[in-house]
Amino acid sequence: MKLKKQAVSLDSLDWNILQALQENAKQTYTEIGSRFGVAHSTVYDRIKKMEENNVIKKYTTVVDLEKVGVKHITAIMTVFTDPKESENVAKKLSEAREVLEVSTSLSEELSIIAKVVAKDQDKLHSFIALRVAPLSGVLRIRTSIITRKYKEEELLIERK
Amino acid sequence: MIPSSVARILRKLSRENAFYFFTSIGNYTGENAASLEEFVKKIGEVNAKSLEFHFYRGDLEKWAAEVLEDGELAEEIKSLKNLKPVGDALRDQLYIVVSKRFEKLKSEFRG
Repeated sequence: MKLKKQAVSLDSLDWNILQALQENAKQTYTEIGSRFGVAHSTVYDRIKKMEENNVIKKYTTVVDLEKVGVKHITAIMTVFTDPKESENVAKKLSEAREVLEVSTSLSEELSIIAKVVAKDQDKLHSFIALRVAPLSGVLRIRTSIITRKYKEEELLIERK
Repeated sequence: MIPSSVARILRKLSRENAFYFFTSIGNYTGENAASLEEFVKKIGEVNAKSLEFHFYRGDLEKWAAEVLEDGELAEEIKSLKNLKPVGDALRDQLYIVVSKRFEKLKSEFRG
């Protein structure tokens, strides 16, 4: 039986720190502390605690791939599955380097939605034909290649 | 043909080696063939758009040559390209070529 994830209790300072980090994760503890009227050591302790209990999952760098000349295409793949095999398909997809995101969706049919990247259309097709279609429980696949992206942001938390 | 080669072409394939029918890049129909016998059957059933997609990409002859290991069938499929068939005309041409080949191999196998 799956256990529901329990929410970690955060106070208003934690929320403020999270929001500040989402705006700019390169800020120093002192900068954040002075913004909220607390010592840098308090900010350090709070961040450390939130890292330990996975409230803060990771820090990363968002690279503009076009600017550095890395050619790639992104596609959204919807994989319709046999409900009995759905979890296994989702796990297998999650293991693939080409797959950036995997989610399940409840509509009329059970489906898995995955964000896939590849060097070009041929490579994308090979990946789907040779590694996704043969997975046990895959019924059909629909893929849309993204031609232009207008916005891409993470959900910004609101200060409590 | 050597009986073992015939048996190899007619063998049942693993899930990984089956032919998966798509209608365009990344759009899998849910139909697949895990043997030459199933391939013949599916040619008669799948969306003609799927046959066109794979035929003009060279996927069908590639699978015949590399997976089934039937170079002769691969050449026969390839030779159909001169006729530039589409839709049901393509289905008919493919069906004739592949089913004939299957029947020939089957009779050779039976001896």
